[in-house]
Amino acid sequence: MGVRDGYSRARRALGDRSTALAVAVVGGLLALDLLRRLFTGMVAPGQVATYLWTGLVIGLIYGLAGIGLSLTYSILSFANFAHGDHVTAGAFSGWAVAYAIAGSGAAELGSRLLVQASPGQVGASIVSTPLAILAGLLAAMVLAVALALVMDRLVYKPMRGAEGISLLIASVGVAFALRYLLAFVFGTNSRGVTASVPRYTIGGLVVNAHEITLAATALALMLGVHLLLQRTKLGKAMRAMADNEDLARVTGIPTERVIRWTWIVGGGLAGAAGYLVVLKTGTISYSFGWVLLLLIFAAVILGGIGSVYGAMAGGVIIGLTENVALVWLRGPYSDFTLPVAFGLMILILLVRPSGLFGGVTTA
Amino acid sequence: MSDDGSDRSPSESSTDSGAPTDGAPGTESADRMDRARGALDGLRDRTATFDALLILGAMIGLYGLFAIIGTVLGYPLNGVVALVREVTFFTAVYALVVLALNLHWGYAGLFNIGVAGFMAVGAYAFGILAGAPTGSPPGLGLPIAVAVPGAMLAAALVGLVAALPALRLKADYLAIVTIAIAEIIRLALASRVLKPVTGGGGGFGNFPKNPVRGIFYAGSGTDRTAVGAAVLDAAEGVGVTNPEVVIDLAYTLLVVGIVALTYVLLVRIGNSPFGRVLKAIREDELVAESLGKDTRVFKIKAFMVGCALMGLAGIAWQVYGLGGGNVNPTNNFLPQLTFYIFIALIIGGAGSNTGSVLGGAMFAGLLFLLPNYVPRVVEQFVTITARPNTFIDAVAPLASLEVMPFLGYALGNIDQLRFVFVGALLVYLVQRRPEGLLGHRKETASTIDLSERGRPGDRRGTERGRPAADGGAGAGGGEPDE
Repeated sequence: MGVRDGYSRARRALGDRSTALAVAVVGGLLALDLLRRLFTGMVAPGQVATYLWTGLVIGLIYGLAGIGLSLTYSILSFANFAHGDHVTAGAFSGWAVAYAIAGSGAAELGSRLLVQASPGQVGASIVSTPLAILAGLLAAMVLAVALALVMDRLVYKPMRGAEGISLLIASVGVAFALRYLLAFVFGTNSRGVTASVPRYTIGGLVVNAHEITLAATALALMLGVHLLLQRTKLGKAMRAMADNEDLARVTGIPTERVIRWTWIVGGGLAGAAGYLVVLKTGTISYSFGWVLLLLIFAAVILGGIGSVYGAMAGGVIIGLTENVALVWLRGPYSDFTLPVAFGLMILILLVRPSGLFGGVTTA
Repeated sequence: MSDDGSDRSPSESSTDSGAPTDGAPGTESADRMDRARGALDGLRDRTATFDALLILGAMIGLYGLFAIIGTVLGYPLNGVVALVREVTFFTAVYALVVLALNLHWGYAGLFNIGVAGFMAVGAYAFGILAGAPTGSPPGLGLPIAVAVPGAMLAAALVGLVAALPALRLKADYLAIVTIAIAEIIRLALASRVLKPVTGGGGGFGNFPKNPVRGIFYAGSGTDRTAVGAAVLDAAEGVGVTNPEVVIDLAYTLLVVGIVALTYVLLVRIGNSPFGRVLKAIREDELVAESLGKDTRVFKIKAFMVGCALMGLAGIAWQVYGLGGGNVNPTNNFLPQLTFYIFIALIIGGAGSNTGSVLGGAMFAGLLFLLPNYVPRVVEQFVTITARPNTFIDAVAPLASLEVMPFLGYALGNIDQLRFVFVGALLVYLVQRRPEGLLGHRKETASTIDLSERGRPGDRRGTERGRPAADGGAGAGGGEPDE
């Protein structure tokens, strides 16, 4: 038994390594091919730079939203399918506030609070109305935190300690209720939100002010999370809970308080991510967070479920993959960028379920 | 035998206390076992009748409700019949997919949330196999009798490809993988690259015409066949003058027949040694493995059978059920569909086939169809004076106690409210009644009830998880499995 066990374990390890090796080889070949394409002029450097920049910007969003998903996964032990709708809820509440401030006098308050006023009239942008944009960001985070806490109280708290699958199913219910409540209040139409902002050209790469705002804000928030986890007692407690809940409880860590902070951090970042992604894309609709959810999952899985830094890095990698894949997926094949990102996620789950940064949790 | 197997209520289970305990004397034990078997058979018959009555009662209730709705709305007989048909049809298709999903989740414990993807594979494979070679996109022109099994096989094979690597994952990882696979399938079908084969984002429309129509009309014209003339004339005789209603009704009856066959098939699978191993896997995979069962093979087989049925449902529901004869990746196979089916399963109770059918009926009738008619029924009794366009215009008058604008807005947006309710219901069910309507009858892996033993002092496994583990042992040791 022992011998066989050891043998099968060795074989499994070898198998894992050989698949990992194959993945590395394929990745290396693709990188070489990218260089070849650059040198032979098949793809312009400016184009690649644009792919990298777009990938980085959207990847930061996946990462930012992924932190909350990863925290709930590690501390509450379930895959939260409502996370995408928390992202949408944050976006709507933040933009309602931003519109209320930005467009005063330009359109009636009701249509501004429902984010229905025409973007041209309101003229919300980081250049023309920076204060409104900032207030919107804060509102998005605060209201998303409130929502997360209410949902925890109503839905997840009575089920504390239930199986992961039961919590997952409950979160599907929350996702439905939340998404369609937003649709009921804000309407089902997809609409433009932001006014246009100046673009800057840096050596063939075109960057706009909203993308820069997004990247800077996302990085600042991530730095904040890093400081929270590493420098505060709460951060230490959260890391301890993620590693081993029972041990954390035995050590006297107030688990219920840590859970509350998990929702506060995760919800706030989800709200910020939703608000910022609308700032970048310029459009909002009641289901956009749900569509993003699978990509956020991909980011979290790629980085290793439970790892906050993994989620950040995984988000950027998914964002880059999705965009840099366009180097190869040209013309009609560009329809396959999302399938490529999902495929990468499945591959990671199969080859290395602990994520790229292997088993390193929040530490 | 088409019953729900060994499900019994605790009060009844004292009758078969003759489980083959190790220390019991030979003859007495055999005698007791015979008696227990007899009791068990009687019980099975009773549950079968009870289940049939339960489903019948639920359907009569739904029919009554919709007949009242039709009458209130002043529908002519045609309309009422069409309404009843609609309820029957959606009940049947939901029941079909929920039964398939119950094999995955209720029996084998596989958390598959990629149902829409497997339905899409079935529908598209059917279209490609059976579509006319001259149509666009071209099909292979095979007869329907070949194309349906072919499409089910295709769905099963895609299920195999999905399952082979994914089944060693934890349940929540499997959930993410299956939903990702469903999305990959959907996006690939919609892509411009596959457009020559699948029709791309515009959808696939080159399906052969509904075979049921061929019973009533010869060729593609309006000439009635002998059967068609007889049935349609008879229908006109009783006042159903619209032939389309009769044809839809005939098709619905075909789907009901398919559901009945599927039900019987799944009950047989559930009661077979194969099914008992599945249930043992659901309850404790390690125990099943320890008894020498290659659990991966069992799980893969169950997954493939379920996927084949989902493919069949893709044809019966999305291709022929929704009218147009056109399926579209962005309309027909969104991930939401999977969750509707899951919610229906949870309402009915995972683990029970009868519960699956009931859950399908309840979801289709009360949550899916009923809200469509609520606004018009309400308007029969209340005159809606205001229909504001925005939420604020609807809520602001509430301050001065004017309810009408809000009511008007709510009725106008009943689609959204319905899903708010569905979400809240799902949360409620998971919190308060995770076993759904009939999930308390979730069959244990054993053929006999192990929750009660002969002597009161010898009680073991009253906890839910325990009889499962014992049952796995009973099933594996008592009879030759596989």
